[in-house]
Amino acid sequence: MDTDKMRELAVVVPHKYWGRRVAACLLILIVAFAGYSVATNPRFEWNVVGEYLFHPDILSGMVVTIELTVLAMVIGTVGAVMLALMRLSGNPVLVIASSAYTWFFRGTPQLVQIIFWGFLGALYPRIFLGIPGTDIVFFDAPTNAVIGAYVAALLGLGLNEAAYASEIVRAGIQSVNPGQVEAAQSLGLTPSRAMVKIVLPQAMLVVVPPLGNEVIGMLKTTSLVSVIAGRDLLTNAQAIYNNTYQIIPLLIVASIWYLVMTSVLSVLQVQLERRFAKGARRPENPFVSLFRAGALRRLQHRAILNDRLANPLSYGIGEAK
Amino acid sequence: MNHNDPTPFLRIEGVHKFYGADHILRGIDLSVRRGEVVCILGRSGSGKSTLLRTVNALEPITAGRVILDGSLIGYIEKGGCLYHLPAEELARQRARIGMVFQHFNLFPHMTVLENITMAPQLVLKQTRKAAEAQAMELLEKVGLADKAYAYPASLSGGQQQRVAIARALAMRPELILFDEPTSALDPELVGEVLGVMRQLASEGMTMLIVTHELRFARDVSHKVVLMHEGRVAESGPTSKVMSAPRTPAAKTFFSTLT
Repeated sequence: MDTDKMRELAVVVPHKYWGRRVAACLLILIVAFAGYSVATNPRFEWNVVGEYLFHPDILSGMVVTIELTVLAMVIGTVGAVMLALMRLSGNPVLVIASSAYTWFFRGTPQLVQIIFWGFLGALYPRIFLGIPGTDIVFFDAPTNAVIGAYVAALLGLGLNEAAYASEIVRAGIQSVNPGQVEAAQSLGLTPSRAMVKIVLPQAMLVVVPPLGNEVIGMLKTTSLVSVIAGRDLLTNAQAIYNNTYQIIPLLIVASIWYLVMTSVLSVLQVQLERRFAKGARRPENPFVSLFRAGALRRLQHRAILNDRLANPLSYGIGEAK
Repeated sequence: MNHNDPTPFLRIEGVHKFYGADHILRGIDLSVRRGEVVCILGRSGSGKSTLLRTVNALEPITAGRVILDGSLIGYIEKGGCLYHLPAEELARQRARIGMVFQHFNLFPHMTVLENITMAPQLVLKQTRKAAEAQAMELLEKVGLADKAYAYPASLSGGQQQRVAIARALAMRPELILFDEPTSALDPELVGEVLGVMRQLASEGMTMLIVTHELRFARDVSHKVVLMHEGRVAESGPTSKVMSAPRTPAAKTFFSTLT
């Protein structure tokens, strides 16, 4: 639109926030200096980073990290749904049991829990399952044969995750209006069907964002299993630098891969949120609206002009020029 | 569907309900015949919505019986006491009783069509095709055939409530409960919902309606029940009760509100 027309319309120019612009420039400068220093400091040994980035031990460690993350999240989520349903059941024993579980696993350090599972064999040398007071035994084996480092790592991560995720699932279930269950029941759905068909899909909308954060957190928490030799990404990186003493570059290698994996997860999380947001109104992506702002303004100005052309009688009714 | 049939289709006998120590329903007796339209009136807090919700056992009761077409709703009687029915049997009973809520309670994660076809497929085991054909017919009937693929959030309150009525009708109910169906609507949207209800009444649907719309009650219902402080203050044929109330509670109610 030309300036004459804009002047005639008395178009309002978007406000410029100078303070924010100065802050943004300063920030860019600081980041540039920091980046330059990291890239040129020889003690980071970037050549060593490159050398080990695709080392077979690093890659196999990544596979273990992904496996541990997926399996621990499965254990954690299934446990979380059970704990949440217990918590909401209204039966005082179930409620207290669920709360006590959450209290215990959230209240003790994750690292201690993992070590505990790793050394379970020292506490209980044999695991057996039978009926007490009889000779009937279904299962009997030495603990260390059943619970190796891998299983111990899974138990330590999964059982702890269940405690945290149960609060997320509970909040999700409680966020669904009770009228939804009533409507489902009035249509002849049993309470369990109403839960599966009506409540859980809606609870997902509330559960997915924080649970996505839990997955990302879990991916990094799996590195704790290095204390019981879990063969994960960090354990394998440590195993290499214990021989070569190139500690910093190998930690950078591990961090790069953790960053790559968490970035992929973040993208997946956004996709999942979109999927479960069916039927809900959601705000526009901030990046899209940033780039559309100018086009949108031009569209608004054009609409004013068009409206004036289409309805000439409704303009200039008040004061004559 | 003849409302001169003398045996009641729905019978409520001596229903009591407590919330903690609060005596909400104090011995309600009420009967509805097949094809009859009955409006439950009363001030807020008089127990009318609670009473309506006992009919499909959404509201558990403390004592009394709700009997639909000869069978006890929600409970089973053994040795003079009532025990809760198993969830599956209660669900089967509820499938015969439609319900329309004040806040519509459409399922926001499903399209209009899915809202209407979900229960017929899941509960009545209709094929998807049959359920969808029926749903389109019902949407036509409530004037929303063009909204089949919309999500509830994009509809006005009046449209949502008409979808909710279609959803209830899809289960081919023998009785529909309406819990203040127009109370959450903007004034200009009330008419479209009442219009659909009028049509249902004229088709002989048995309806039990909690409402504040006195003109609608006068025009459409065969019988009104006035609730006051947890009791039925007065009930009887609409014209009689509304034009010549006998009890003091009914006299004040109709004098202040008409």
